[in-house]
Amino acid sequence: MSKTEFPPSIKSRPVYGELEPRAGSGHLMIADAEGAEAILGLAKSVDPGFWAKTHIIYIPKKTGTKYSSQLEQLGAGQYYCGPSYEAAQSRIRRALQNCHMGTQVYLTGTESLMGQAMHEAVTAGIPHTAIQTEHRGSTARRMQCVHCKGITEDVTTDPFECSHCGLSLFVRDHYSRRIAAFQGVRVDAEDPGNIPEKVELFK
Amino acid sequence: MTIQFNDETFRGDFTFRNSEWAIKRFPFPFHEDSYMYSVNMEPHTSYRPGSVFERTFDVDEHYVSEMKDRAQVLADDPLRCQSLPHMTLAGWDLVELIMEAKAREYPDLFELHKNGNRWRWVNKPLGIDDTFTFLDESTLPYGPMEYITRQTQGDFALLDQRDDNLWMDAGMVTTQADWSLDFDIGMNFFEWHAPVPKAHEMGIFVRALKFLLNIQQGQPARRLNWTMTVNPLLDTSPENYHKWGEMKQDLTLENMGSKQHLRVELQTFFRLPRSNALVFPIRCYLISFGDLVTVPKWGRRLHRVIRDLPEELATYKGFIDNRPMMVEWLSQYDDGSPTSDGIWPDDD
Repeated sequence: MSKTEFPPSIKSRPVYGELEPRAGSGHLMIADAEGAEAILGLAKSVDPGFWAKTHIIYIPKKTGTKYSSQLEQLGAGQYYCGPSYEAAQSRIRRALQNCHMGTQVYLTGTESLMGQAMHEAVTAGIPHTAIQTEHRGSTARRMQCVHCKGITEDVTTDPFECSHCGLSLFVRDHYSRRIAAFQGVRVDAEDPGNIPEKVELFK
Repeated sequence: MTIQFNDETFRGDFTFRNSEWAIKRFPFPFHEDSYMYSVNMEPHTSYRPGSVFERTFDVDEHYVSEMKDRAQVLADDPLRCQSLPHMTLAGWDLVELIMEAKAREYPDLFELHKNGNRWRWVNKPLGIDDTFTFLDESTLPYGPMEYITRQTQGDFALLDQRDDNLWMDAGMVTTQADWSLDFDIGMNFFEWHAPVPKAHEMGIFVRALKFLLNIQQGQPARRLNWTMTVNPLLDTSPENYHKWGEMKQDLTLENMGSKQHLRVELQTFFRLPRSNALVFPIRCYLISFGDLVTVPKWGRRLHRVIRDLPEELATYKGFIDNRPMMVEWLSQYDDGSPTSDGIWPDDD
């Protein structure tokens, strides 16, 4: 799966680029699922000393072992493979704390992964000029229910059910970087019970 | 004049009413018989004695009841008031701006006594008499922005200015036209306006931002904005949309005059001296259709504006389904005669 071409988008949604190796005192790479392809692609054009000062944090999600062994073989100074973003979160925070001036941060994979890791990186004081992003894989959305505030991951349909309060929500095209999520609003608020057919909008 | 404060509700039994005085001074937002977005900014200088443009922060008959409603919204959902850590100084700037203006312009209602940084603030309508140390948070019962905006009508957004943009980094938002501070906090000017249709393509936000970035101390600006609300509900938040959205279905030709309200925002913009932040008060005025058409010019004009409004705007403002019925009801008050320029009633 190659990098995603998004249609022209709303102003609150981040624009993603293409990873390229940059000179830096260290490299922190955070990826999930098909994001591994972006790292493997970048690996073709790096200097021999690059991987020794690199820390890879990878969450395979549904890809299982498809990419994990290839990533491990890159010979990064530190390599971690974890079962979920939540499980990896404390490690991500610790790794960001350890960043020195000049450390380069690379985020790739789903919008959910990049959004959450970007928020952590900015909170940790990494300048935005030292952070690159590249979207790969699923375009499923991370949604916040505006009513109960609960987050539902990997939303592919519109409408969808909030995994916390159970309301049927439509996907409002409005994105918060701080929450790293789109906004979900009750679809039948004006006419309770009148819930349109689900349409698969994101894959 | 001394204001008679109403004892009224903006929820449940909806006892909110406008007096004759409040109707005559209502900020009717349409200066001509049609509406399209524009950057309609003007200096926020004192204008037309008795109007909502006369004072820096207008206080009216709804003040005490609006503050009770705000306290209830905050008790139910404390996330309606938030301030990122770097915005505390801007909060103090706002305390000073509001207290000085109210004490100067409403001396019978508010008093501010300063002894160096030791300030005494008297708010007679709300029964408050507090002494505190300016710039010392530990001497107030809330953070500075929350403290003063629990005593001031209208929502407040505090905007930090950096990187040639404005960032919504603090706010008190309980009377909003369907937007969420909790979701939007931390966004820049273009991001928090992302859901607005058409205006980005029209270049509205680029021009508005340019104007706002250049607002100077002591030279505030203002504009009007508007939408529609069924029942005089101040808290039309997305958080509670699943509770108030249903009310739109209750509208009929028979109850249109009492249930349907024109909701007008008087938006003002002030540069703050210590923080260089902007404060953006958004003051909500409500008027029932029945009261509005007692001013013949307004009845005629509202009919034409609502009838001819582009569909995208009626959808965004949330009344597309009820529009045909609204137009039918309003048409009774439009005899087709011409209307005069400007927003004011003809009989002055």
